[in-house]
Amino acid sequence: MAEPHAVSQKLPQSETDAAPEPDLLDAYRLMVLARATDERCLMLQRQGRIGFYAPLMGQEAAQVGASRALAPQDWIFPAYRELAVALARGVPLRAIFDQLLGNADDRIRGRQMPNHFGFRDVNFVVASSPIGTQITQAVGAAMAAQRRKDSIVTIAFFGDGATSSNDFHAGLNFAGVFQTPTIFFCQNNQWAISLPREKQTRSATLAEKGSAYGMPGVLVDGNDFLAVYSAVREARERALSGGGPTLIEAEVYRFGPHSTSDDPKRYRTEEQLAAAKERDPILRLKGELVSAGRWTEELDHQLWEEVRTRVTRTFEEAEKAKPLDPRSIFDDVFAHVTPQLAEERAQFDAELRDGVLKL
Amino acid sequence: MSEMNIVQAINRTLRDAMKEDPDVLVLGEDVGVNGGVFRATDGLIREFGAERVIDTPLSETGIIGTAIGMSLYGLKPIAEIQFLDFIYPAFDQIVSELAKFRYRSGGQYPAHVVIRAPYGGGIKGGIYHSQSTEAYFCHTAGIKVVIPSTPSDARGLLFSAIADEDPVLFLEPKRIYRSLTGEVSDSQEKVPFGHARVVREGSDVSVFAYGAMVPVAQEAADALGRDGVSTEVIDLRTLVPLDEAAVLASVEKTGRAIIVHEAARFCGFGAELSAILAEKALYSLKAPVLRVTGYDTPFPYALENVYLPNPERVVRAVRQSLQAG
Repeated sequence: MAEPHAVSQKLPQSETDAAPEPDLLDAYRLMVLARATDERCLMLQRQGRIGFYAPLMGQEAAQVGASRALAPQDWIFPAYRELAVALARGVPLRAIFDQLLGNADDRIRGRQMPNHFGFRDVNFVVASSPIGTQITQAVGAAMAAQRRKDSIVTIAFFGDGATSSNDFHAGLNFAGVFQTPTIFFCQNNQWAISLPREKQTRSATLAEKGSAYGMPGVLVDGNDFLAVYSAVREARERALSGGGPTLIEAEVYRFGPHSTSDDPKRYRTEEQLAAAKERDPILRLKGELVSAGRWTEELDHQLWEEVRTRVTRTFEEAEKAKPLDPRSIFDDVFAHVTPQLAEERAQFDAELRDGVLKL
Repeated sequence: MSEMNIVQAINRTLRDAMKEDPDVLVLGEDVGVNGGVFRATDGLIREFGAERVIDTPLSETGIIGTAIGMSLYGLKPIAEIQFLDFIYPAFDQIVSELAKFRYRSGGQYPAHVVIRAPYGGGIKGGIYHSQSTEAYFCHTAGIKVVIPSTPSDARGLLFSAIADEDPVLFLEPKRIYRSLTGEVSDSQEKVPFGHARVVREGSDVSVFAYGAMVPVAQEAADALGRDGVSTEVIDLRTLVPLDEAAVLASVEKTGRAIIVHEAARFCGFGAELSAILAEKALYSLKAPVLRVTGYDTPFPYALENVYLPNPERVVRAVRQSLQAG
């Protein structure tokens, strides 16, 4: 049985707080890694080597900026598009690929579709598909941290569509009432599958919804790494000093489809996408680094080459991992297998033995 | 030992569990200052403070969603849903989140929340204060469903629920919250899950019930006993996990099975019991399995008394079974 708590890259204990100044090159490299992984995964899905994928391209600065403003002990409640957050937390790329493949090394034991990963060792709570449900959970964890007097924040990641969900309302309302140390980080990528942002709500901004719950609402350019970093850092400091929750709206644009099952040509034009891509967060940070004399086209070319090779090789390694033990299907439903499940497993064993089950 | 009713037993148990473990806390609507609309949490806020007896805004999804977050973080939240009828705004959190956290995380994030909810009819509560919809939850993998029928079991099963590593829906038969009293131990002895209680032994027919239907079955058994029919009454106590062995053993002995629940019949818990008997006890059965249940209608207000199974209906079903073969 795979050890679910196994850690391959643990953050050092001494690193108890977020860095005062973000390392822009480190952030850039992470964003490139996320983008290269995304591009590769879309291809792998088309090749039939993974079953599904939900790309984040366009949201790299928002995700890395938010992550770098957090401390390792903070708890992350992701939606299902937070690849760059996981990478920024130090999750090995291999662990991401193991999850996409659902192999024997998968930390969540093949239980969910690609992108729905979770890594307890870096306080990255496991994702689910229902929209917004993680928002109230993030508030509850923050209430628990308050009770334990732990100096941490919880952060819920969600999209513009989630602002219409029951749990957005309930979560922000509870957080306001109990003044929890929670950051509500909305990546407004303009699209909830096919529904454009302006049809999601009549509100002029999503950020302004914060005021109805008695908390600051901050609108930030999600393509601007430093702007996101500063907004989240400020929200974190406010939360830790007893100032309660903050709603942050990071304006981004989803460059890719909602998922590999989606065809965005049905609801948006190439012109819209091209216009959005002019504000590509990766090109923006690269431009800033080049202007500051810290980066060159040549170094950039090298980086992309290295990263693409690493991504390809790591995926090929993950493909060589053993398949899951089929009997593990009955594990983790409850802490201990119930008599009913034991009976089903016995029948499963017999069917497996008789070749009735096709693996 | 003290004599008390079910509400008092629950109140006492919550207090004892909170005294014992600082991670145990209670949250829900009106549970603090007001002590709960049924007074199950009466006095807890005075003893443990508003940090551990949390009056929440009026949102069931908020209650269960935050309880899940607390649990992931390491606390042991006991959430009260004021009436089972109002649990549906939290259905997504219970079915899609709470029940699946352990599984979907590969064991990394077990979520343990005890959800207490009064259920069932008999208090003139109409459609929305009377329903018995345990089957929805029994159908969901990953959550246990527990229904006590006595003050003593309420205490022992609630201790088990709080100590359990899995999510537990703890349904309280509000109709007999106060009408039924009994001796309750001062100890913290648990009643283990998955162990049905033989309420009375019998040899002619088995009657399976839980919650507020247990006294109904008992009354029917008393009446049948006066006519020389020996009725075995089994209180299932926990629907998930089910004590299937106890069910089968009883039917193997008596050859006749009557299932009593106030929930609607179609796809109710009795359907599962009946299927188990058909699969595993067919050759022991002398007569068809019969169900005495609520009807497949919404729960009525003015006609509540004819909706809920009563002892006479149980007696009638037993006689029908005895005549069948």
